[in-house]
Amino acid sequence: MLRYANPTRFMQLSTPILPWLGGAALVLLAVGLTLGLSVPPDYQQGETVRVMFLHVPAAWTAMMAYGLMAVASLVGLVWRHPLADSAAKAIAPLGALFTALGLVTGSLWGRPMWGAWWVWDGRLTSFLLLLFLYLGYIALWNAIEDETRAARAAGILALVGAVNLPVIEFSVDWWTTLHQGESILRKGGPLIASVYLWPLFAMALGYTFLFLTLWTMRIQTEILTRRARSLMLAGEL
Amino acid sequence: MSALLLRDIRLAARAGGSAMLALAFFASVATLVPLGVGPDLALLARIAGGVLWIAAVLAALLALDRLFQADFEDGSLDMIALSPLSLESVAAAKIAAHWLTTGLPLALLSPLLAVLFGVKTIAALFVSLLVGTPAVSAIGAVGAGLTMSIRRGGLILPLIVLPLLAPAVIFGAGAAVGSAGALPLLGAFSFAACVLSPFATAAAVRLNLGS
Amino acid sequence: MPLAVPYIDISDLTGIRGGRVLFRGLSFRVETGRALSLEGANGSGKTSLLRMLAGFLAPAEGAIRFGDVADGEERGKFVGWLGHHDAVKAQMSVRENLDFFAQLYASEAGDTLDALGLARLAELPGQYLSAGQKKRVALARLKLTKRPLWLMDEPLASLDAAGKKIAADLVAAHCAGGGIAVVATHEPLGIDCDRLVLA
Repeated sequence: MLRYANPTRFMQLSTPILPWLGGAALVLLAVGLTLGLSVPPDYQQGETVRVMFLHVPAAWTAMMAYGLMAVASLVGLVWRHPLADSAAKAIAPLGALFTALGLVTGSLWGRPMWGAWWVWDGRLTSFLLLLFLYLGYIALWNAIEDETRAARAAGILALVGAVNLPVIEFSVDWWTTLHQGESILRKGGPLIASVYLWPLFAMALGYTFLFLTLWTMRIQTEILTRRARSLMLAGEL
Repeated sequence: MSALLLRDIRLAARAGGSAMLALAFFASVATLVPLGVGPDLALLARIAGGVLWIAAVLAALLALDRLFQADFEDGSLDMIALSPLSLESVAAAKIAAHWLTTGLPLALLSPLLAVLFGVKTIAALFVSLLVGTPAVSAIGAVGAGLTMSIRRGGLILPLIVLPLLAPAVIFGAGAAVGSAGALPLLGAFSFAACVLSPFATAAAVRLNLGS
Repeated sequence: MPLAVPYIDISDLTGIRGGRVLFRGLSFRVETGRALSLEGANGSGKTSLLRMLAGFLAPAEGAIRFGDVADGEERGKFVGWLGHHDAVKAQMSVRENLDFFAQLYASEAGDTLDALGLARLAELPGQYLSAGQKKRVALARLKLTKRPLWLMDEPLASLDAAGKKIAADLVAAHCAGGGIAVVATHEPLGIDCDRLVLA
């Protein structure tokens, strides 16, 4: 694995893969959207069930991104590898974006269901907290001028966040059961009719590939920016 | 370790120290709430647990950005780091000192404020703050360690610490109104935070000493 | 002296700060009983080198050894530090300032106040001290740590003539007692010492 962790090697390997990643994302998203628009409306939720195909995969991707960010941070902290630092740094804005997408689609989905744009539902609330975790991570990165130090500080924060995230999830669930009774409809849940599973599956894969494409592009940009900066410092530009 | 603990308590208690400031801030925020939501005692009693918990967290955060920064800026932290004390012990002493000068006084003041809010479960509120505020000091210390070298670190600190404190506020406010199971959960969270935080905090201090 | 450092050995050290190379391939050795005067223009890396010796900063390349101890945090246990900042708390008296570090380093303040001409100021809070007086407190604190390797960043700055003499004598006495001192300075120390100039 570490053999491929050299920035130059990463550029060589990722550049030819990138169009395939992007292509797969496009195809999967197109298939997912077509399927999602062609399935029959839900007997309970009606047409609004289609928002699920945008919402649930966004939430999955946002969670996965935090996990990957924590793993990259750990690798960066333990093996002091600059590529891992770049990878972690590159994820944060994407994670924040998918979290925000999850929040917005959740709100749009909730409007007809709950009659309000926002309800302090357990899942929405923990995603709001996840968004703040991402924003704090980005703010810390930007506040420390020295790159290496910023990477390590943000890495520690990402790991502390990763340890705490399950506890936050649990506490928010606990809080929901404490404060809410029957008013909240269970979204998703185990009761998804199988006809909805295929579009959901396609969209989840599509989001994942979209995320991987954007992530790879951002890592490449990060590597090139670093190179340009060191050339400038060496007086060659 | 006791030398560092006593010295930090002494600094916090002296003029310009943070202990009185945190208490005054706690009381002022608690006073603003009735001004904002109206003097209806039934409503105030209902929201008091949450309000006092939020006020306590904010008050504890007030002095947190200086936890390491003051020693970092005047060079004391270099000397403390080179002492026989491990950085983990330094972090633990700092957390303990912060709690003894903010969390504990806030908890002690809370019964008085609870009376002003017409709270029935005064003992539960007091115990919840007593058990839960160590988590605020412990998790806050990680943030303080990470932001000590940032000139305006005090602005970033709440942003990175507050989401991590959500469980403390949830379980704490729950325990304050006597919700079943809240206090053990709060205690477990607080304990885990106090055990794990010195390691993360020491890592943060270590990286900032290398600047 | 409870601990001793037989020598410090620096081999092929490279220091990089913020993407800029401060020094490359730096090698030197200081034997016990010697003082090294570390000289060079502003920004030449004197402070960074001291921080590397103390174990705060990891060198980009190369190795630092105190006798057979190489690990950064292990090395720190031999170091008496006099940094660029005075580390004197404004709200605590001179005596309290010293007593705190004496306790922390499991040592005692003893007669260090007298030795630095601070006896008169012992009960004065740190905020009323002049820069030179704070430097004297820092020197007293360095002495009471009883560490074998002194790393000093501009110890003579802001001291008056009498203070500079006291500081120089302190370093000389430390080395004569089997210690080592590495001193970053812009002024001649006025004692017998080796010199290293960072370009």
